[in-house]
Amino acid sequence: MYDITGYHEADSLATIFKIIKADPKAKVIAGGTDVLVKARERKQDFIATQLIGITRIPEMQGITMAEDGTLSIGALSTFKQVEKDPLVQQYIPMLGEAVALVGGPQTRHVGTIGGNICNGATSADSAPTLFTYNAILEIHSEAGVKNVPIADFYKGAGWVDLEPGEILVRIKIAKADYEGYLGHYTKFAQRKALDIANLSCATLIKMAPDQTIADLRICFGVAAPTPIRMPQAEAFAKGQAINDATLKTIGKYCLADTNTRNSWRASKEYRDHLVQIIPARNILAALKEDQ
Amino acid sequence: MAKNNVIGKTEQRWDAIAKVKGQAKFTADFPINHKLHAKILRSTIAHGYVTAYDITEAEQMPGVVKIFLPEDLPQNKFGTAGHPWSMVPAKRDIEDRTLLTRHVRVYGDDIACVVAKTELEAIRALEKIKVTYEKYPVYLTPKAAMADNARRIHEERDNVIADTSVGYGDVAKELKAADYVIKEHFHTPMQQHVHMENQVAVAWQSEDQRWTCISSTQIPYICRRIIGQAVGIPWSQIRVQKPFIGGGFGNKQEVIIEPLVVALSMACGGRPVEMNLTREESIAYTRTRHAIDYDLAVGVNKDGSITAIDCNVYSNQGGYASHGHAIGGKGGTFINALYKTESLRYAAKTIYTNVATAGAMRGYGIPQVMFALESIMDDAAEKIGMDPIDFRIQNRRPEGFLNTLSHVQQFNFKIDKCLEKGREAFHWDEKLQDSLKYKTGSKRRGVGVAGFSYGSGTYPFGLETAGARLTLMPDASFKLMLGATEIGQGADTAFSQMAADTIGVGYDKIIRDAMSDTDIDPFDTGSYASRQTYITGFAVQEAAEKMKQKILKRASEMYDIRPEYMDIVDGNIVYSHNDQKIADLADFAMSSFYDMEHGRAIVAESSVNIHNNSYASGCTLAQVEVDIETGQIELLSVMNVHDSGKIINPILAEGQVDGGMAMGIAYGLSEGVRYNEAGKPLNNNLMDYKIPTTMDLPDLDHTFVESEDPLGPYGNKSLGENPLCSPAAAIRNAVKNATGVAINSNPLASQHVFEQLKQAHVI
Repeated sequence: MYDITGYHEADSLATIFKIIKADPKAKVIAGGTDVLVKARERKQDFIATQLIGITRIPEMQGITMAEDGTLSIGALSTFKQVEKDPLVQQYIPMLGEAVALVGGPQTRHVGTIGGNICNGATSADSAPTLFTYNAILEIHSEAGVKNVPIADFYKGAGWVDLEPGEILVRIKIAKADYEGYLGHYTKFAQRKALDIANLSCATLIKMAPDQTIADLRICFGVAAPTPIRMPQAEAFAKGQAINDATLKTIGKYCLADTNTRNSWRASKEYRDHLVQIIPARNILAALKEDQ
Repeated sequence: MAKNNVIGKTEQRWDAIAKVKGQAKFTADFPINHKLHAKILRSTIAHGYVTAYDITEAEQMPGVVKIFLPEDLPQNKFGTAGHPWSMVPAKRDIEDRTLLTRHVRVYGDDIACVVAKTELEAIRALEKIKVTYEKYPVYLTPKAAMADNARRIHEERDNVIADTSVGYGDVAKELKAADYVIKEHFHTPMQQHVHMENQVAVAWQSEDQRWTCISSTQIPYICRRIIGQAVGIPWSQIRVQKPFIGGGFGNKQEVIIEPLVVALSMACGGRPVEMNLTREESIAYTRTRHAIDYDLAVGVNKDGSITAIDCNVYSNQGGYASHGHAIGGKGGTFINALYKTESLRYAAKTIYTNVATAGAMRGYGIPQVMFALESIMDDAAEKIGMDPIDFRIQNRRPEGFLNTLSHVQQFNFKIDKCLEKGREAFHWDEKLQDSLKYKTGSKRRGVGVAGFSYGSGTYPFGLETAGARLTLMPDASFKLMLGATEIGQGADTAFSQMAADTIGVGYDKIIRDAMSDTDIDPFDTGSYASRQTYITGFAVQEAAEKMKQKILKRASEMYDIRPEYMDIVDGNIVYSHNDQKIADLADFAMSSFYDMEHGRAIVAESSVNIHNNSYASGCTLAQVEVDIETGQIELLSVMNVHDSGKIINPILAEGQVDGGMAMGIAYGLSEGVRYNEAGKPLNNNLMDYKIPTTMDLPDLDHTFVESEDPLGPYGNKSLGENPLCSPAAAIRNAVKNATGVAINSNPLASQHVFEQLKQAHVI
């Protein structure tokens, strides 16, 4: 039972800014797969409120590549569009694999990657992958445009650096952050679909010609209040050969870098155990997929 | 028995097109003018007493018609279990609840109610009601509620609401005499039905000043009775109508919201009042499968013989008695049905606690007891180094065994045939052999098997009565009227096939009705206990035979041929000795209405009381791969084999088996309502309550050991509940075969498996 007091369909960013200025409590809605769930649950900021529909804003659509190879993903791209996009499949396939694990087909058909990020959940399936690709978020407001690294955008559980009147328009990934990398994403959940991650992990790896690790990037979801990169494991991995000892050590450093929580959905002990196993499995899977 | 080849054939269910086209009306679909909406205020503690309500602000909210506190409504105590009324007071269900209550026994208890013009206005008003509680200690487990100093959850009776023991022989002596004694503890989870359509009911005062209630119920006639008892009016003053239903699985064999809805309509001048529970309410605050603990001991000899089965049962009833001890107390009969043993003791207690009230759920206690029994039997076979299938076949009860715990004689009981057929069809031996290649490394494979037995209806413990009425229509179609309840399982289609077969016409000549109506349809206690095709089948058969005899008697007058010379075949009246056509049944039917001399419309009715039961059986075979680093289980393949007598409609039977297997696999692997220490449910939504998706299930293979049951009306016996009785134990046994670790509490969710493997030092 929704408690919605009004609905505006915005046709431009300027319209959004205008409506929010008049009613700072109005909620922006794209696919609605988070907003309407919260409205139905009568979450505090989602009842007796107006909605601003943004799905027709041109600047927020489409997935493109700039001349310098930077990929630019419109925030309104649905999970389905991201998954099936040829540029995504060719250059950042791990993102396509990750968003293919969101919810079920209906959710993926309407839910957007921008909404997934702005919702601020540590369990968001697109987030760990975008962290490893060092994604830059292009945020517009009446005052102008700012570019924010995704790692700076997440402030806490359900809390992102987005003020009323600020809109995430595009997500950008530089060529240097995807070229030559192989990746694998694991969503550790109780079901293979329609589920939330108990723990998630994106792993990007670039191998040197001598078969040592040139660069490793690991990001966990649900191992801290926000998605979190693994600086110690990543630093250790550089220059290491891939073997059991290396993989075990990476797992140990991941344990040191994460800050898992005990909850009824999964215990800290169990999450800490998985934290040590999954990056190694991801590395092997990424390299295997390349063969 | 089938005669005209309508039985045993796949016929399209009669309601398929209406459901595909969106024409099928469910309870919430009926356009009713001036409808009011009711929402329940639910307690936010699990045990205590409401000392004060403050409704001053809530009453001022827009749209509010009235706010009801417990003392504003009738105070009659009633029970909610969908059992036929018993003429014997001692056998009646415990009556331990009122429409609303200040005594809080479960989290989410019904402590007040708002009626408003819209559902949203009712919700907004609910949020403004302030409640003051006196809190009592919360007991989540039978052990806690049975402790010496535990407070009574219901003042008038002990927390142990029933304590029974059945069996035979000297268990202590026989355990001592055994070569080996295996003792284990088992725990089963609180599964929830999660029927697609939540509980919904609407009631109003009808033109004749009686009360009409449309409800999504499995049991319209029992619903009528319980409304009458709760509200305190004669049963004749209530009319219950049941339209299409989006599943029930036993949760709608409970009368949960209907009495309240009728009482609210009464208190609102007879205006229609509707209540539509949310998914969150339905999972947490209606009924669940009983969580049951078992202490089991089995004595087994090296030659495979069983000396003793000793079973102590602790059934977690939750806050209200509901179906109570009928579930925990039932297991002994079906242990006895399966295994030869020198002695048997089945001692069961049912105990009030402060978790959700447990009631009927598909399988009615048998999935629990089979999880425990078929696990320990597997361990017994392993102990003596015997193949688990051979062990079960060696110890099966012989044909014709008189089950002394129920006094049912087990004719045509084919558990051994199921196991043999399953071994071959599942490629058990090959899969067992293959699993030997996966006993090291992170992925381990194994196979497991489990059997079960199940009754067809409740006799001799419960009344088994049903009725049917057939009316001949002018074109030789027949209207079939039943109080039995189609709830999505396809019962109406099966009944139509039965009637067609017995009369001697095609399936398309039988017309059913979407609505069951206690003012119109013959008395039947409803859909539960896998009883309908068996019990109501007798009623349909009798009505159809009477119809046929009435037709032939009239035909005898019309065509001047002795009735015993005639038969009805394929819609024609024929000479029975050579099938020579005498008359087209349609011409006859027209005459039966309009012929100046012979026109008298033909109606045939039946009402039966069935005093027999045919025990069905079956088994599950499962192959798993366990990721021992993460605890994740992949069910690689699974097969159910069923001994359910004659299959009336193969595609509907397969649908029953598919659904039951999925629920049974979920019971083994993922489903269970969870609570925090204060008794608050944690996962009452479809994200956190882990029903498997199609991606989580392998192909659900199944096969039947088909036979003509000598007692069943059309050679059939139960099937509806059977498929979910054995998957959980088969999966547990397969995981044991894969890892060497026996996990005695389900569901085998990955963290639980991880913890068990770690404890066993496999990780």
